[in-house]
Amino acid sequence: MLILFCPYCGVKAEETELAPGGEAHLKRIGPDGTAEEFEAYLFARKNLKGVHFERWRHAYGCGKWFLAARDTHTMQVYGTYKAQTAHATDDIVANARQARPEWVPDWPQASEAVAG
Amino acid sequence: MPSRRYSVFAIAREALRQHGGWTRAWTSPEPRDRYQVVIVGAGGHGLATAYYLGRNFGITDVAVIEKGWLGGGNTGRNTTIIRSNYLQDPSAAIYDKALKLYETLSQDLNYNVMFSPRGLIMLAQTEHEVRGYKRTVHANTLQGVATEWIEPARLKELVPIINIDGPRYPVLGGLYQARGGTARHDAVAWGYARACSDMGMHIIQNCEVTGIETEGGQVRAVNTAKGRIGCDKLALVVAGHSSQLADMAGFRLPIESVPLQAMVSEPIKPCMDVVVMANTVHGYMSQSDKGEMVIGGGTDSYNAFTQRGSWHHIEETVRALVETFPMISRLKMLRQWGGIVDMTGDRSPILSTTPVGGIFVNCGWGTGGFKAIPGSGWAMAELVAQGRPGPLAAAFGMNRFREGRFIDESVAAGVAH
Repeated sequence: MLILFCPYCGVKAEETELAPGGEAHLKRIGPDGTAEEFEAYLFARKNLKGVHFERWRHAYGCGKWFLAARDTHTMQVYGTYKAQTAHATDDIVANARQARPEWVPDWPQASEAVAG
Repeated sequence: MPSRRYSVFAIAREALRQHGGWTRAWTSPEPRDRYQVVIVGAGGHGLATAYYLGRNFGITDVAVIEKGWLGGGNTGRNTTIIRSNYLQDPSAAIYDKALKLYETLSQDLNYNVMFSPRGLIMLAQTEHEVRGYKRTVHANTLQGVATEWIEPARLKELVPIINIDGPRYPVLGGLYQARGGTARHDAVAWGYARACSDMGMHIIQNCEVTGIETEGGQVRAVNTAKGRIGCDKLALVVAGHSSQLADMAGFRLPIESVPLQAMVSEPIKPCMDVVVMANTVHGYMSQSDKGEMVIGGGTDSYNAFTQRGSWHHIEETVRALVETFPMISRLKMLRQWGGIVDMTGDRSPILSTTPVGGIFVNCGWGTGGFKAIPGSGWAMAELVAQGRPGPLAAAFGMNRFREGRFIDESVAAGVAH
């Protein structure tokens, strides 16, 4: 059974205690967005086989949303972090890169940090 | 060399010579460096696409390439249920085409796919479901798909082992499709493979695609574990890994991949000669010819590619079925497995052209692809051969998500397929 650490409660929660919320860090498209952008926001998902960032809600605990970095192929959990975070934290990136050296984060700051 | 025709005379002849004359049902050639059409994925849908390309359009310069073994993905992992009682017109058209093709598939392929139209009941266990299924019956009547609403007493006659007066979810009636049933899933893949091989097509197993070559927005070749294979047209028919293949070709699909589990019990004497699906409590069950109870449940609700699935979903499914069928409570489960299903936002498939010229996708069948195999292959062959969708595939283009033309089966199809 999948077990995730709730960063708010500070407890380990089994998946029956949690509600999944799909891919994390999606940018909401405003009223001036194009049809393509809106389609991408609603339906196009990365659906990665590997490091995946996703939303979870501690439904039968504190009820709050948090984010997790999980490997969809090996089911390894690289870490969880609060929902009010723009990107996964450095230690989660390090965990993921240790398991998958070929993986590079797709947000600019971290890629530069890794390259540097 | 075409394989020998199977018949009662062939069995009699072989019985007289210790069955030494049977040959392999399909050949396993090394790939040539070029084909007119390359199909990725030797599951039911891929092989059916190849078969109807040959049969309906005379295109036999075809290779079907497969990462693992033939029919080893979702084709060999489903609960073999066949039905066409969908709500929306485009769904009814393609699923009923599939059902009609299944009815004569053994004769068409000269291969016994053990199609068993034993009837299928979807239980209504809430007032919402009663209304929903009555609506589906009316829709099916307009579509020319024979289904009927049955009351609990009739349902109990058809399924004597069912507990009508469940404490939590009493059975209030059911949506009955007498033409629905099951078929032998492996035989469907094997039958199509044999027929394709007889037409001179190449089926290449253990040949994972590692890249897709395009030039000027047009597909040129696929790179595989067995080298580069050139092609004019490329069909991606890979279910759970559709996003990965699309990524190689440089476009995205509105697909998410999640595990779906199934299991079988120890074999018991015949006790249920229909397929029963209980969508409110997430479980469906039929009895195989060997006597095993074949059981399926809901999908995991998060993305994964593990082909295992979550333990608590098994518990949920079995708990629901024990309440509905109390006599199975002492059964031991023999095997449990998972497959990776490709879910779309409206729970309907995608048969579509793509942003890359010459590449076509057939995916998004989600939890219910097996029943659609012949119809899907028929429509996909039309799409690949003509370069544009025919009447069956027209509504299932991937641009429907941009245009808001959803074919919403999430209510009618529910969780279980």
